[in-house]
Amino acid sequence: MHGGSRPAVRVDDLGKRYDVGTGVGAGLGPSLGEDLRLAARRLLPSQRAASTRSFWAVRHVGFDIAEGERVGIIGRNGAGKSTLLKLLTRVTTPTEGVGDIWGRVGSLLEVGTGFHLDLTGRDNIFLSGSILGMRRKEIERKVDEIVEFSGVGPFLHTPVKRYSSGMYLRLAFAVAAHLEPDVLVVDEVLAVGDADFQRKCLGRMDELGQSGRTVLFVSHSMDAISRLCDRVLLLDRGGLVADGAPGEVIRAYRDAGLGDAPERVWDGCGPSDDLAQLRRIAIRSCGEVREAVDIRSELEVEVVYELGPHARTRPSVELWALDDDGILLFRSSDHGARAGVDRPGLFRSTCTIPGNLLAEGGFHLDVHLTGYDPKVVHAIEQRAASVQVIDRSEGDGVRGEVAERWPGALRPALAWSRHEVGNEIVGG
Amino acid sequence: MSVAEPTAPVSRRVHHITPTPSQREFVADLWQARDLIQVLSLRDIKIRYTQTALGAGWAIIQPLLFMGVFAAVVSRVASVETAGIAYPLFALSGLVPWVFLSNAVPRAADSVVSSSNMVGKVWFPRLALPLAAVLAWLPDMVVATVLLGCGMAIGTTAPSPAIVLLPLVAAWAVLVALGLGSWLSALNVRFRDIRNVVPFLVQVWLFATPVAYPSSVATGWPRMLFGLNPASGVVESFRWCVFGGAGPSALLLLPSVASTLVILAGGIRFFTAVEHKFADVI
Repeated sequence: MHGGSRPAVRVDDLGKRYDVGTGVGAGLGPSLGEDLRLAARRLLPSQRAASTRSFWAVRHVGFDIAEGERVGIIGRNGAGKSTLLKLLTRVTTPTEGVGDIWGRVGSLLEVGTGFHLDLTGRDNIFLSGSILGMRRKEIERKVDEIVEFSGVGPFLHTPVKRYSSGMYLRLAFAVAAHLEPDVLVVDEVLAVGDADFQRKCLGRMDELGQSGRTVLFVSHSMDAISRLCDRVLLLDRGGLVADGAPGEVIRAYRDAGLGDAPERVWDGCGPSDDLAQLRRIAIRSCGEVREAVDIRSELEVEVVYELGPHARTRPSVELWALDDDGILLFRSSDHGARAGVDRPGLFRSTCTIPGNLLAEGGFHLDVHLTGYDPKVVHAIEQRAASVQVIDRSEGDGVRGEVAERWPGALRPALAWSRHEVGNEIVGG
Repeated sequence: MSVAEPTAPVSRRVHHITPTPSQREFVADLWQARDLIQVLSLRDIKIRYTQTALGAGWAIIQPLLFMGVFAAVVSRVASVETAGIAYPLFALSGLVPWVFLSNAVPRAADSVVSSSNMVGKVWFPRLALPLAAVLAWLPDMVVATVLLGCGMAIGTTAPSPAIVLLPLVAAWAVLVALGLGSWLSALNVRFRDIRNVVPFLVQVWLFATPVAYPSSVATGWPRMLFGLNPASGVVESFRWCVFGGAGPSALLLLPSVASTLVILAGGIRFFTAVEHKFADVI
C-alpha cells in the first residue's frame, strides 16, 4: 500500500449469493404464475428446502485500496471476479458485507455499453459517454480527442451498424478511454480486437494509472496484469486467497494450477488410477503452445498417458470441449479400446480441430481416460487445457466485417454459394 | 493525446456498498443524471424517426387517424354533448394528451427490460430509464398540439386564455406516465407478463377516459370514480385549457390529482426499493 495516501476503496466481508433454479427469494421466477405456484408451495414446510438452490459467487472478501494503486484481480473463470467488479461498481448489491468507494467510479465492464446500431458515431459517443457517467460538457470538450483516438473521423456521421467490427471497437473503447474517474474499474475488455488495438488499450490504461488514478483491472492475461498493476488480488471460488505483489501472486496462481493454460504436464502425479495416468495435454497452434489462437488456425491437441503394468486394454482418450459458459461443444474420442490388449508404457493420442470452427472466446478441454470392457474411468481432468480463440475480424473470417455481436457456440466456415435462379424453382 | 493532471477530486463523494441502499437520494441521483436522461430521450426520438419515410409526420398521423375514426363512428352512433365545439376538434383535443399517455406508458414500462444490457453493466439511477422514455414523447405532444391549433384556425374556434396553462397540464401528463411507468417497468423486470398486459390495458384505458366523449356523461358519484383514472383529469384539463368554458368539475379533478400523486409516490417508492435487484433478475 502507498504509505500515507487516502483510501480509495474499502470493502469488508463482502458476499454475494445468487439463487439459482426456482429462486423465489431472488425473484428469478420467469412468470407470475410460476411465482405464485412456488410461493404457495413454500408455505408447505416439507418443500421449503428444495425450492431454492443458491451459491455464493463472492464471500468473505475484504481489502483496502489506497488512492493511486493499480490493482489486478485474477482467478479462473467462475472465481467471482466479475461479481466483485459488479459489487464495486454498484451494478448489483451485496448479500452481506459493506464497502465504501471514494470519488467518481468509472466502470468499463464491456466495450460499447449503450451503443445503438442505428445511431451515428457521434451520437453514440454522447450516448455511451453519458451512460458511463460523463457530463455532456465534458464529452463536448473531448469529442475531437475521442474521434482522433478512434480514427473513425470520416465516418462520424454514419450509423455504427455500417462500421466494421474493428472501427466499432475502436470508437467504443475511445469513449471509455476518455473517462476520467477517480476509480476506474475495468473488466476483461482487452480480449477483443487486434493486437494493435490491444496495445493501444493497455497503453491508455497505463497512462491513466500513471496519472494517479486508482485502477482495478480484471484480466486473464498475466502479461497485462504484471505490466499494469502494482498489486494483485487472487480470487478462488469466491474467496480472496492471495493479495500481494504481482510476481508473487501470479506464481501462486500458476503453482496452484488455478490458471487456464494451453499446456499441462504432470510429473508422475497426474490424474490416475492404478492402471493408467495422464502425463501431458497440450493445445498447439501452428506447432506452438500459445494462450491465444487465431480463429482461423487449426489446433492440434496432444494427450500423453502412461499405462501401468496391470493394464489389460488400451483406454480411450476422450475430449470434452466446452466454452466459457460451460456449454458442451462436442465430445470426441480416439476409441483406443478398439486397439485391444496393450503393453505398459507411454502413449500419445493426437487430433486436429479444424480452423474456422470454434467461436471467439475461451475454449476448454476436459480430458477423460476411460477403459472399456469393462468400462472403467481411469482419470478425468476438467479444464485440463484452455486457449482463448481470437477473431481479429480482418474480413476473411466467418463474421467478415460485421460489427455487431456474432453469437453462437461455434463459428464454422460453411461453403456458401449463390446464384440467380429463374422463377421455375420458386414454388416448384 | 493528453491525460488530465492528477487532480485531487474536488468532492470525494463516498459511495456506500451495502445490501440495502438508501432510497432517499433518488432526486439527487436523478439530478446528477440529468445529462444522461436528456441523451437517452434524444436517442429514443432519433431511433423512432430514423429510416421512416414519414419521419416526424408520425406525430400527427396517429391523432389524425383516431380523430377520423371517432368522427366517423362515435359521433354517429351516439350523440355527444361537446358544448358547441365541432366534434372533430373536440375529439382531437382529447387525443393530444391521450396519444402521449398511450405511447409513453408502454415505452416506459418496457424501458428497463429493453436496456438490460446497460443495466447489467453500469450503475446509474435506473429511474432515468422510464423518465427518459416518457420525456421522449413530449415533442410529439407539442407537434400534435400545433396540429390542434391549425384545426382550430380552420374551424375558426378561438382558444381560451387558459391555454397558457397547457404546460402545467403537460407536466401533469408526464407525472401520470412516470408514475405508471415506474410501477410497470419495475414489475416488468420480474414478470414479463407485463409486456403482454400493457397493450391490452391501454385499450381498456381509452374507453375509461373521456377522449371520444366528455366526462359530463357521468354525474355525481360515478363522475368521481371516473376521476380516479388520472388520465381523465389530464384530458379534461387539457380540453378546458384549449376551449375554456365551465372547466372540469372538482368532483373529477380532485380524485384525478389525488390518484396521480398516489400512483407516482407509490411507483417511485416501489421502483427505488427494487432497483438494486434489477441487474440480478433482468
